[in-house]
Formats: sequence, C-alpha cells, structure tokens
Amino acid sequence: MMKVEEKLYQNRYRVDADRPHIRIKDESVCNERCQTQSCTVCCPAGCWSFEDGKIGLITDGCLECGTCRVVCDQHKNVDWNYPRAGFGILFKFG
Amino acid sequence: MTQQAKEKFDVIVVGAGPAGNAAAYTLAKAGKKVLQLERGEYPGSKNVQGAILYANALEKIIPDFRDSAPLERHVVEQRMWLMEKDSHLGTHFRSDQYNQQPGNRYSIIRARFDKWFSDQVQKAGALVVCEMTVTELLRDGSGRVIGVNVDRENGQIYADAVVLADGVNSLVASRAGLRQDIKPGAVALAVKEVIFLPKDTIEARFNLKGSEGVVIEMLGAITEGMVGTGFLYTNKDSVSVGIGCMLSDMKAQRTTPAELLEKLKAHPSVAPLIAGGETREYAAHLIPEGGYDALPPQLYGDGWLLVGDSAGFVNAVHREGSNLAMTSGRLAAETLIELSAAGQPASAANLARYKQKLDDSFVMKDLKKYRKVPETLDRQRQFVSDYPALFNQAAYNFFSVDGRDKQSKEKEIIGAFRERRSLLGLLGDAYRLWRATR
Repeated sequence: MMKVEEKLYQNRYRVDADRPHIRIKDESVCNERCQTQSCTVCCPAGCWSFEDGKIGLITDGCLECGTCRVVCDQHKNVDWNYPRAGFGILFKFG
Repeated sequence: MTQQAKEKFDVIVVGAGPAGNAAAYTLAKAGKKVLQLERGEYPGSKNVQGAILYANALEKIIPDFRDSAPLERHVVEQRMWLMEKDSHLGTHFRSDQYNQQPGNRYSIIRARFDKWFSDQVQKAGALVVCEMTVTELLRDGSGRVIGVNVDRENGQIYADAVVLADGVNSLVASRAGLRQDIKPGAVALAVKEVIFLPKDTIEARFNLKGSEGVVIEMLGAITEGMVGTGFLYTNKDSVSVGIGCMLSDMKAQRTTPAELLEKLKAHPSVAPLIAGGETREYAAHLIPEGGYDALPPQLYGDGWLLVGDSAGFVNAVHREGSNLAMTSGRLAAETLIELSAAGQPASAANLARYKQKLDDSFVMKDLKKYRKVPETLDRQRQFVSDYPALFNQAAYNFFSVDGRDKQSKEKEIIGAFRERRSLLGLLGDAYRLWRATR
C-alpha cells in the first residue's frame, strides 16, 4: 500500500511558507464540540489530524479540492481560501 | 494592473477550465473585448479531470481542434465492469468505427489540454491573465454585477457582464450569494493517480495499436457500499486510475480516499493492468454530482452567468462533465453576443435567453432525464452493492465446472437473487431503475 505521503511526494507544489490558505476558525469547536472530525478522514491529502484531543492542520500537501470545507457542514468551522495566486498545487497532468 | 483597472471590458470570464475557455474563445472570436482571469500559474495547473474529452462539444467551438490539440488516445473500446472483491463481470464494446475520422472521444491530460485551449483563446484575441485570483464581485447600488475585485491593490476591474467559470467550489458565486454552497450529498470526491508505463506495454495489455485507447468504468465492491465508481483510462504512455464516491457517504462510512484508491489499484482485475507502472501524480477533485435537483436556483442574473461545474452541470450517470461545461460556456457567450448585437444590456430579464438555450440543449435535457438517479442510488444501495455481488456470484457459479448439474446451478443462482432481494424487491428494483432513468 502506497502511503498518502508517498503519493504527494510525486506532486509539484509552490508552498506559500507561513501563509496557510486554510484556517480553522475556532479550534475549540473541533476539539470539544465536533463528534466526528470528518476532515481528518476524508481529506485526500491527509492534511488534517486529531491527536490527543487536538485538531491539527498542515496545508502544504493540499490538493485544493475543497473537501474539508464541504464536509464540515455542521460546524462550518473551516475558513477556506485558495492559496495566493501562483502558489499551491501545480498539476503536471491534472 | 493599474492600466487594466481603468479599462472596461465587455466580459470578464472567471476561470480557465473548459467552461471558461469555451466562453472566452466564443466571445473573443465574435470580437468582444474579453478579460479571462485564472488563479493558477498556467491554465490547467489547478484543474483535474479523469480525463475523457467528448469531441462534439469542442467541435462546435473549434471545428478543427484535432489538428493541434494535445490528444492522448482516441477511444475505441468501452468496458463496464461490475466488481466483486476478487472478480469482475464486464461488458466490452469495441468498434472499428471509432477508428474512422473524425474521432468521437479522446483521453486527454488536462494540464496540457487546458494550456492548448487557452492558447486558442489568446489567439482569438482575449486577454488572459494567470496568477490572479478573483476575490469578489463588484456590484452597483441596484445589485447588478459590474465587475470583479482581484487579489491586487486597486484590484477593481469592470465589465458589462461576468461569466463565472470558477469551478465546483465556486467561492466567488457562493460568497456573493448567487448560489447556495455545495453540500456533501451533492458532490463526489474523486482521487486519481497518473501511472506511467511504456507505450508498448499499454498497447499489449489493452489490446491496442497506434493511438487507440480504452475506457474502463467500474461499479460495485470497490466503493464499499458507497455510491460511486472507479475508472481506468489509457493515455499515450500512462494510465489514469481513479475512484470517486459521494462525499456524504465517505463522511458517513469514514473512508479515507487515498486508501480506497490503493485498494482499487490492488484489485486482482486492476493490478495486472498497472503492474510495474510509476505513479507520477496524485490528484483529488470534487465533482458536482447532485444532478438537476442540486442545481443553483438561479443560473444567471443582472450582469452574471454561471457555467460549467460552478453551475453544477455534470451528468454523473454517463460520466460527462467537460462537454456540459464547454457547451454551457459557449451558450453563455452566444447569449451575450446576441444581446450585444441587439444593443440590449446583460440584465437578468435578457439573460433568461441563456437558460432557454440550456433547456433546449442536451445539458438540461440529460440532467432532467436522470433527475431521480442521485436520490434513487442514495436510498437504494442494492444497485451499488447487492447487484454487482449477485451478478459476479452468478457468473462464478455458472462458469465453474464442478460436477454439479446445470439445473441445480440455475436454481442456486435464482435462489440467491430471491434471497437477497425477494421477488417483489427484484420487480421493485427494475421499476425503480426504469423510473430513475426514463
């Protein structure tokens, strides 16, 4: 089984260092009120984690699909934007 | 940008995918002053598709596209596989007629194809600006859309009309309140790998010569009970392998899409086809598969039109999207060209003509025809789970020679169907399938 990290390693990115394009509006909603943390399961790039009762998000490998934004329909706790123009994933094939 | 900020365009097209390119090209060809804005480094760098190109929709825009477009393979064979865990029952349709010019369907690589399409748009006279993200729509006091704001200082750009081709997430349209935001039950999440193999190996494995290609669509155990499909398309020296399921199902079943794709790649019917290949890209994309009932209530308004994925134009049953995108982009452009020729403004009342054109085309006709499919599949999971399994078991039973008599086998097969679905259930399913697709 190929790990998601190995898959992402094949992709080309222009990472906008220290300027994540996705932000969590209120982490306490994820940590305390959200029962499912569906983002951690459904994100195809594995950007989201939930460990020791704490939500985590690293957007470097983001494929810009919008899944985390759409799947968080109950709490609407994802502040989702495209990366700054020219940054983010650069599909070679698409 | 300051110079552009002072200019006013006839039309601003947001996004350089198939819908946006179709609109921008058609408008520019008619002599309109068009500005097309794309957030990616180059057109295609943010775009994802399977990808199969349906020639007809593009022919209507660029009749001689075959002379210069980067096409991978022309499709001569369509395979439909009902999948069980360790088997598949398939139908193959292969026709030498598909070797006649002009070709009907082609596999494409979107990053290359979109770049080519954008070149044609620019040659037609449109101004295409990449690495520029539209952040919001500009409106006047009456609410009429009069331009866009981009992520630059003094980023206001004005136009008589804005064509929103900004894709499935359509942040611009949603944030402006022109459409409701998408819901997990109305989108499929698809993941895909492009796996490279020598050209000869592809031709030997798929029984192809020259630029012939194969399409395989898969339904059944691979989606683990979720509504969705898998696919494998042959490109020149690579294959595209992917799987997509409704996001609401992935959420409910807590399925990790990357793992689902790994399982598909390891399926005994798929693994030998991609063995030894090298994955060079992994992509994910949402597909608006909610169908007719999930369309935005308004597809146009004062100064704006929605086209392509931003409008939800996907026929999930037939795996068609880019052709609906290109057609809707073209129809939006033609509407604006006609209005301009008649000296009429792009008001909501006048743009009703766009909706009329959509209604008269296959875009709306097909969406209406399959209106009940998303709901039927969502409620009647037997179509994606029980039936593929039953048909595979029946085939296994029927084709295995094991000393048992044929009548007993027939009884077993019929018994399995009746046990799983009951006689009434089988009849009901036939009716439901007919009603959903009539």
